[in-house]
Amino acid sequence: MEDKYQNEFGGFAEKPKVPKKFYDLKYILLGLAIFFGLVISPILPNLGKIVAAPSPKLDTPAIQKLAEKERQCVMPTPYMRANHMQMLIDWREAVVRNGNREFINPEGKKFTVSLSNTCMECHSNKTQFCDQCHNFVAVTPNCWGCHLDKEQKVAQGGAK
Amino acid sequence: MLENAFTGTKRYYGLLAILAGLFALGFFFYLKQLTTGLGITGMGRDVSWGFYIAQFTYLVGVAASAVMVVLPYYLHNYKAFGRVTILGEFLAVSAVIMCVTFVMVDMGRPDRVLNVFKYPTPNSVMFWDIIVLNVYLLLNILIGWNVLECERHDVPPPGWVKFLIYVSIPWAISIHTVTAFLYAGLPGRGYWLTAIMAPRFLSSAFAAGPSLLVLLCLLVRKYTRFDPGRDQIQSLAKIVTYATLINVFFFFCEVFTVFYSQIPDHLMHFQYLFWGVDGFGRLVPFMWFSIIGMTIAALLLVNPKFRRDETTLAALCGMVIITTWIDKGLGLMTGGFVPNPLEKITEYWPTVPEALIALGVWALGFLILTILYKVAVSIKEEVRA
Amino acid sequence: MGIDRRDFIKLAGLSTLLGLGGNSALELLRPGQVAAALEAKPEALTAKRWAMVVDMRQLDEQTAQKCSAACHQVHNVPDFGNPIDPAMKISDAEKVRWEIKWIWTAPYDNAFPGDEQEYMDEKVKDLKFLLLCNHCDNPPCVRVCPTKATFRREDGIVMMDMHRCIGCRFCMAACPFSARSFNWKDPRPYIKKEFPDYPTREIGVVEKCTFCNERLAKGLMPACVVASQGALAFGDLSDPKSKVRELLGSTFTIRRKPFLGTNPQVYYIV
Repeated sequence: MEDKYQNEFGGFAEKPKVPKKFYDLKYILLGLAIFFGLVISPILPNLGKIVAAPSPKLDTPAIQKLAEKERQCVMPTPYMRANHMQMLIDWREAVVRNGNREFINPEGKKFTVSLSNTCMECHSNKTQFCDQCHNFVAVTPNCWGCHLDKEQKVAQGGAK
Repeated sequence: MLENAFTGTKRYYGLLAILAGLFALGFFFYLKQLTTGLGITGMGRDVSWGFYIAQFTYLVGVAASAVMVVLPYYLHNYKAFGRVTILGEFLAVSAVIMCVTFVMVDMGRPDRVLNVFKYPTPNSVMFWDIIVLNVYLLLNILIGWNVLECERHDVPPPGWVKFLIYVSIPWAISIHTVTAFLYAGLPGRGYWLTAIMAPRFLSSAFAAGPSLLVLLCLLVRKYTRFDPGRDQIQSLAKIVTYATLINVFFFFCEVFTVFYSQIPDHLMHFQYLFWGVDGFGRLVPFMWFSIIGMTIAALLLVNPKFRRDETTLAALCGMVIITTWIDKGLGLMTGGFVPNPLEKITEYWPTVPEALIALGVWALGFLILTILYKVAVSIKEEVRA
Repeated sequence: MGIDRRDFIKLAGLSTLLGLGGNSALELLRPGQVAAALEAKPEALTAKRWAMVVDMRQLDEQTAQKCSAACHQVHNVPDFGNPIDPAMKISDAEKVRWEIKWIWTAPYDNAFPGDEQEYMDEKVKDLKFLLLCNHCDNPPCVRVCPTKATFRREDGIVMMDMHRCIGCRFCMAACPFSARSFNWKDPRPYIKKEFPDYPTREIGVVEKCTFCNERLAKGLMPACVVASQGALAFGDLSDPKSKVRELLGSTFTIRRKPFLGTNPQVYYIV
């Protein structure tokens, strides 16, 4: 292996002989330490704390009124848990862009396609239901900027 | 090559600091706009596009004007422009970045901007505008950077760069034509519904852009060791002269059609801008200053004596920049929206936060321009050394 | 490590493509695809071409205001002159700028600019015409929207998709009838009585009359039509027996700016 230093323009002078030395080691280590600190900074405040698992409450008046057997959402609970996000987006497309406002689930039950008027009619306790899981995983679905959740409305009515 | 941007005089760093400070100020107010809404500006239901879009329109013109130095050099072998093509291209890069930023700042929901690509709509001129602007930005970055790098290593630019250069010439014309088509196809806006909109845009672009380039060349000569060249500046001055003359002529063509046909739909916007209607006439002094100033500048520029003296040339170029800016940056928007389609008058004036956000975007553009010019000028100095 | 730059980039690119492709393959094969359906409600009102006839002979200013109020009420349209918290009061100039109106009144020379005559019937000159989005057949607003957030439905309604709107306001510039409003500020502090069955809007989107498509889907007539006590007729132009066809066939009607070719579908009987 020669000491000839080659690049794409052709041969250059011989590779310069530079002593191997780690320059500015103190500052490099300091910088790395600061960077590492920044990277783990979100975890530090929660170290050792136990955050309770989310417990969404289903004891709204509307749900209590239904018989035990009938207390099922538009789709089975496991499906809703995994897919309500995509389902709401599909519902949105159906209503706004296609004008279809009736949802027929695989069991043949019919529902009006509406977040505020169907979902929130039964689940009228947003802070105790929706927010439970959403806060736990730190997501902020932006539905509520426009869509009214019935819970807030009741609170506003009381305050006014 | 970018390493040249990190070494400079105190004056260079001072300039960068001032521009960065102005940008930070604008950014702070933009955050406020994001939370409280576009109501922070002076726009409203009747004048729904204002200062931001006006600046965007003006700067698209400046960006397109790079073609005025690229075309003579690459298509017609006008060797003298070899010194300034890079300055023109980098000015285009900076101007297009400002354009795109102004559009982003004007959006009601900037978080949803990618919907334009998610749901492409070829019948919308805005869809095409976004595409052509971004491609033009990419073209100029690629071309400018590669040609500069080749110049540094004293090799001819590769074939694919030449191809992109030839594409960029009609592309430059297209960006400003597409921007004009944003306005020229709207049935309800008599001030804008004219076939001459695109030609007017182009003529004022080729007046304003090269004027700015002349001023930048004079600054570069004064503050660096690179001289863009007296002949080059004189050629640019000739381009400014003819473009300004054509721009004034186009304006008088518009005035004739509108005032001779006496059709109220078109007439009332000119009446509002130049005489005021029902006591509303905020822009009257500005419009008269613009058109009279532009005409005088054009006529003076015809005389070679005023062009050869670089002080008067600089003054006249500055005049062209100011008057074309008033015409496009103030008059175009307001004239289109006032009176509104119901023939009611709601006047418009930018608010302080709006002006500061706009200033911040201009500062961003000039910050990028300073850095790019530093790189270009350093390479040129190095090559000529 | 004997790999050179070119081969590394090739390998990285290929891996990325496979990774992305692999993920979508997983999505397609994932269990949980259910057989559910989304359809129109059976009681929905349908038409081939919705249109409205405004009979100004029967519409006095008071009723017109009632129509406007009904529409704005059921659609949570804010009233910037009436904040919930009096501390949020705004100036008159700001009120004019930020105003949101889906349906409103204007005198003849604003409703039909350029049509007014000096010696016309005073009654007509002072008449407060009810103005709204015309749901044109050839809408310039739909032509210019870069995301199809505003689109023309098969039944003629020019719809607004508030979820997709990027707030560029190109449609506002394109509309020759000034029918569209933009949310310059958060509207919620200015909605005194929220209507719970319809959403509000957020800052940064455009809104306008949608011919009450949410009511039509439930089998109800638009709110303004109901409030107009018969002055507003709403129906299907393609049905020769509909009220609107009957009126159009028997009475002379005018439309706003027909010469622009947008083909507006709101007709006025003066």
